[in-house]
Amino acid sequence: MDCDQNPVALGAYLDDELHASEAAALREHIGGCPKCATEIAELVRIKRGFRAVGPRFAPSPEFRRRVEQQISYPSRRFWRLQLIPAAVFAAAVLLVVIASALFLHRPNDFAEIADLHVNALASANPVDVVSTDRHTVKPWFQGRIPFSFNVPEFAGTEFTLLGGRVIYFHQRPGAQLIVAVRQHKISVLIFQAGPELDRSFAFPEGVGHHNTFSIDTWQSQGLRYFVIGDADPSAIGKLSTTFKAANP
Amino acid sequence: MDPEFFEAAAMPLFDQLYNFAHWLTGNRSDAEDLVQETYAKALKGFRSFQEGTNLRAWMYRILRNSFLTSRTGLGAHNVSPLDDEMDITALAAHSLTPEFLVLQQEGKQTVRDALACLPLNYREVILLCEIEEMQYKEIAEVLGVPIGTVMSRLARARKMLRELLTAKPTEKVSKWTVIKTPSH
Ligand SMILES: [Zn+2]
Repeated sequence: MDCDQNPVALGAYLDDELHASEAAALREHIGGCPKCATEIAELVRIKRGFRAVGPRFAPSPEFRRRVEQQISYPSRRFWRLQLIPAAVFAAAVLLVVIASALFLHRPNDFAEIADLHVNALASANPVDVVSTDRHTVKPWFQGRIPFSFNVPEFAGTEFTLLGGRVIYFHQRPGAQLIVAVRQHKISVLIFQAGPELDRSFAFPEGVGHHNTFSIDTWQSQGLRYFVIGDADPSAIGKLSTTFKAANP
Repeated sequence: MDPEFFEAAAMPLFDQLYNFAHWLTGNRSDAEDLVQETYAKALKGFRSFQEGTNLRAWMYRILRNSFLTSRTGLGAHNVSPLDDEMDITALAAHSLTPEFLVLQQEGKQTVRDALACLPLNYREVILLCEIEEMQYKEIAEVLGVPIGTVMSRLARARKMLRELLTAKPTEKVSKWTVIKTPSH
């Protein structure tokens, strides 16, 4: 029964971690050593026990999405500015705080508009239709939203159309256009106007500036427009003007 | 490496890392926190990751170190001294959890129950070997120890499991029949 075999080697043998020659030698030894044979049998039982521990733990799809969103690299397709989602969210939180202070009557609606903008920037696929051509973007929305609007011509201006997507606000579908100006992304959000929206956003005309985001909103031809982004207020104002001109 | 490639490189490891985190923490909520923290740290440090080296081992290492420094890691599980020359009986007497001793008396446990009783540095090495099916070389990378240490810790971990899964060491043979094998 006296055997100087290192028990560590038996485990390594089972784990297939020995060199072929070592493994062969050990196999031969086990064949003639009752002590090692018993030892191996017990190690095999332990190893077999692990097969019976049941299925692996699986992450939930929601959790996977959350982490994906957290680490996604927004500049992959066309963000020239490398926005870090965390920074965007921090900015959104700040905005919500500021917005709450400024628009106490319906702070949540204002925050939701900001969220729509932030979500697009943080998303791996910020737009559903990728196009710099207004003639592509406008028809794309037909049949997807219950209204139509004109996309201004950006050729020769400081603005570049990046694309658009359908969004929802209070269960109502609307259009979101993403427009770039230099290093900044601006969202233009358009919804059908209604008494509820008017009440929520009846703050004074003109571009409001709140540290991180500037926002402009107006109503025209039964539609409610929002222009929001971290560009300077004059750029927001200019973009608003082009939309107002295209949708008199 | 460029952080632009982080998502594509790291997301395929998501399921494995979560499984390991769940084994370590013992519940979904802590496992999610741990995985989320791991991905955040890995993204931050991705520039320092050397292309061509083992990304999986690197991520597991971040996860494991986060667990060690988290409250869960230090609070809920005693880490036994890292002296690999330590005698197994002395270890059993001084570092094993109360659950270990209870289980020793009850004597009929599944591997899953028994694992929960191991001190962390033995539990993690056996999880990486048996559940994550890593080779010794990769385990050594994750734990930041030499391969020889991986081997000796594994041997000790298995010895402890054996004792846990056996009512009384003197009745080993008959007691093996009571190991539960839950159906899948
Ligand atoms: Zn032997």
